[in-house]
Amino acid sequence: MDFTIILQAGIASGTVLLFATIGELFSERAGVLNLGVEGMMLIGAMSAFSTTIATGNPWLGVLVAMFFAGLISQIHAFIVITLQADQVVSGLSLTFLGAGISLVLGEGLSKAGTVSLLPSFSIPLLTLIPIIGKIFFTNQSVLVYVGYLLVPLAWYYINHTRPGLHLRAVGEYPSAADALGINVFRMRYFYVFIGGMLAGLAGATISLAVSPGWFSELTTGGQGWIAIGLVIFAQWDPIRAAFGAYAFGALRRLILDIQGPLVLFGFNNPFYYNPYLGFFLQMLPYLFTVIVLVIGSREAMRKRIGAPAALGNPYIRGERGK
Amino acid sequence: MTNQTSSTHGPSSEAPLIVEMRGIVKKFPGVLANDHVNFELKRGEIHGLLGENGAGKSTLMNVLAGLYRQEAGTILVNGEPKVFSSPRDAINAGIGMVHQHFMLVPSQTVTENILLGLDDPRFFLRLPDYDTKIAELGERFGLKVDPRAKVWQLSVGEQQRVEILKMLYRGVNVLIMDEPTAVLAPQEIEGLFVTLRAMIAQGKSVIFISHKLQEVSVIADRVSVLRRGVATASGIASKGVSRQELARLMVGRDVIFSLDKKPSQPGEVVLDVRDIYAENDKGLPALRGISLNVRAGEIVGVAGVAGNGQSELSQVISGMRECKQGHVTLAGDTVSNRTTLFGIQHGMAYVPEDRTHVGSAPNLSITDNVIMKKYRTAPILKRGLLDMKAATSLANELKQAYDIIVPNVSTPVRLLSGGNLQRVILAREISGLPAFMVAVQPTRGLDVGAIEGVHRLLLAQREAGAAVLLVSEELEELLSLSDRVYVIYEGRIMGEVKVGGGEPDESLIDTIGQMMTGTPLEQIQKEGVAAHD
Ligand SMILES: Nc1ncnc2c1ncn2[C@@H]1O[C@H](COP(=O)(O)OP(=O)(O)OP(=O)(O)O)[C@@H](O)[C@H]1O
Ligand SMILES: [Mg+2]
Repeated sequence: MDFTIILQAGIASGTVLLFATIGELFSERAGVLNLGVEGMMLIGAMSAFSTTIATGNPWLGVLVAMFFAGLISQIHAFIVITLQADQVVSGLSLTFLGAGISLVLGEGLSKAGTVSLLPSFSIPLLTLIPIIGKIFFTNQSVLVYVGYLLVPLAWYYINHTRPGLHLRAVGEYPSAADALGINVFRMRYFYVFIGGMLAGLAGATISLAVSPGWFSELTTGGQGWIAIGLVIFAQWDPIRAAFGAYAFGALRRLILDIQGPLVLFGFNNPFYYNPYLGFFLQMLPYLFTVIVLVIGSREAMRKRIGAPAALGNPYIRGERGK
Repeated sequence: MTNQTSSTHGPSSEAPLIVEMRGIVKKFPGVLANDHVNFELKRGEIHGLLGENGAGKSTLMNVLAGLYRQEAGTILVNGEPKVFSSPRDAINAGIGMVHQHFMLVPSQTVTENILLGLDDPRFFLRLPDYDTKIAELGERFGLKVDPRAKVWQLSVGEQQRVEILKMLYRGVNVLIMDEPTAVLAPQEIEGLFVTLRAMIAQGKSVIFISHKLQEVSVIADRVSVLRRGVATASGIASKGVSRQELARLMVGRDVIFSLDKKPSQPGEVVLDVRDIYAENDKGLPALRGISLNVRAGEIVGVAGVAGNGQSELSQVISGMRECKQGHVTLAGDTVSNRTTLFGIQHGMAYVPEDRTHVGSAPNLSITDNVIMKKYRTAPILKRGLLDMKAATSLANELKQAYDIIVPNVSTPVRLLSGGNLQRVILAREISGLPAFMVAVQPTRGLDVGAIEGVHRLLLAQREAGAAVLLVSEELEELLSLSDRVYVIYEGRIMGEVKVGGGEPDESLIDTIGQMMTGTPLEQIQKEGVAAHD
């Protein structure tokens, strides 16, 4: 087994998680928990794939994916921001809704054949760096490079710009932000939309780059949930989110690839001969997600790891006794 | 116009009006919070706004600050009529407010909090530039605070300074301060006054909301008083009026400042605290070996500057906090590290510091709140079910007996004013005929009338033979109610003094003051003896 190849593929696969995680991170930073990531990713993957089949233009596919996933996120935004309903319930319904829509509209897409994919290329010079060059800068999809740019930009935006300052304030203490003339409702709608668009981009990254095609709900295979877990793991910080996303991408690849060879490090490969071990391995990322979500849902723990203080609470103007 | 700055002189009488509110009406469901109120503010004055709990002071000022919209009436700023539809509009007109509850984002730095919502910086924050600007502004007004510190690291007093800076940075000319001293230690109050005077010296005006008559007469040039939504005095000079008169304007009747306290006849020891240790929420030691006792028929005070373990002490006693070492007994039964129910069943009453979350369930009705300790027994419990008829009639009885002013007992308690809420809590606790009661800051934030009521209730408890432990930061209150006072400092008892009836003498106050800052009583006495030699 060549580990650099596995890691190289892992980075590509991690890019999917990266987009979804950063998107959810923006939404949560504004105080809105959106558990519909999985559904929005499915919408993105499906619409990216079908648009590309119909038009032959994968770039258009990406744009349409981001638009539709963003659009469907606004249903959640309306329910939790304007109607002030429970964010968990609404987010879960969004997952079902997104999955339902994309399975119906995607019916037959899996046999639709191949599409033109987004371009892949290497970065001159950087590709020459030993190991790193091979893993990060050789023959990667353009979206992987977009991911590299997104991380520092997101970090800088949140921590060192005026809109970023307002974003943090809205997620931490909306009434303070409101009192100073910041439109809490508009900001929350906006960042939920950003979250939706990035989830759509994550979906498009799957169907047009990482594992091209449409395999109904297996296309995303629960990665939306891992992204939600990663946001907590990353303590709402984009840089940590990137580490988590790439690490998980690599882990996913490793788990798949380790079951291939008959011989591993000179021994009979136990993962090849015992499929149950393989299943067990495949379960691990989801087990991690469950554990992180359980830990992250404890109020005291959330405070300690720095969750936005108003996360999950609707903002009601001028409410007394709060 | 004169340039007089000190509060004893104030702006000359022909100083121009900077704010004029005419005939302001503001209603809330079932409450007329402001009933055609007129209010005038002169340039360069500190204007005290007095009134009981629920008189409508905050409401009136929230209208002026653009947070609420009045139903009728006009606001003029510098003679021009203005309509504010948001706090931002008010700030643009030069009017800013520091609220009772601070509105600061804890995870952000001082500078970030101040820049929130402004157009400059346009996109990139470049905080260091603004840090210096803000430090300079702070310097000008005597508001010392580190611009780079995160708000959660700051003391309450510092946070208040950030709130003031936030408004000064926006260039407001009128600063409204809603009960600014309620959260401050005595030294911090002095500092706040220095700042307010510096602001006046630089041509700004201040509206100062308070319950504390004494403070208002020290700091304010003129005073306005609200009672039940109606202005009972508008802009009278603070020099010329007595405390008695102001109190009458606020409450509508004479307030008795001196309580008639009968000599104490302490009985058996009811509460016995033996050498207890406990930790605070952060896991740091908060109590380090506290021992004290309270006898039947006496009020024992615990004095100290906020944050020296008072909260933890009351929590250990009431069973809400783990006791690491030592024990608390109530009439012989150990209550520490038992359930709170055990304490309640053994005659414990608890009036906690946090009225709105520990002392009551904000969204539940008065009825639900008053039966919380009684629902396990008849008459509230009937055949295993709650008898809501009995509960309602009990609540109505208590409403009568404790003078709770509210349209009906099904009102959720979060809508009550501070004084009324405290009466609900006291009604619940006292009506259980407790053998022992611990009351923490029972009068914080209450107006003179309400304070008088609470004091009476506490003294009545004492006369009825209950043991009362009174934790307070108000020395005056402790001295007028208590029979004995313990002083707590950094989780230790510095000493115990007896309090006689009548006027407290200077040397006693001085002794307590020294203990509050960490000198044990023994040492004070030794030095006192040495000085006499
Ligand atoms: N947002 C609101 N909704 C409903 N009622 C309110 C609201 N704000 C204030 N009230 C009611 O209006 C009246 C005036 O309240 P306000 O807060 O102005 O009093 P206050 O003089 O500031 O009292 P305190 O000294 O307790 O702060 C009270 O009866 C209060 O219950
Ligand atoms: Mg008020």
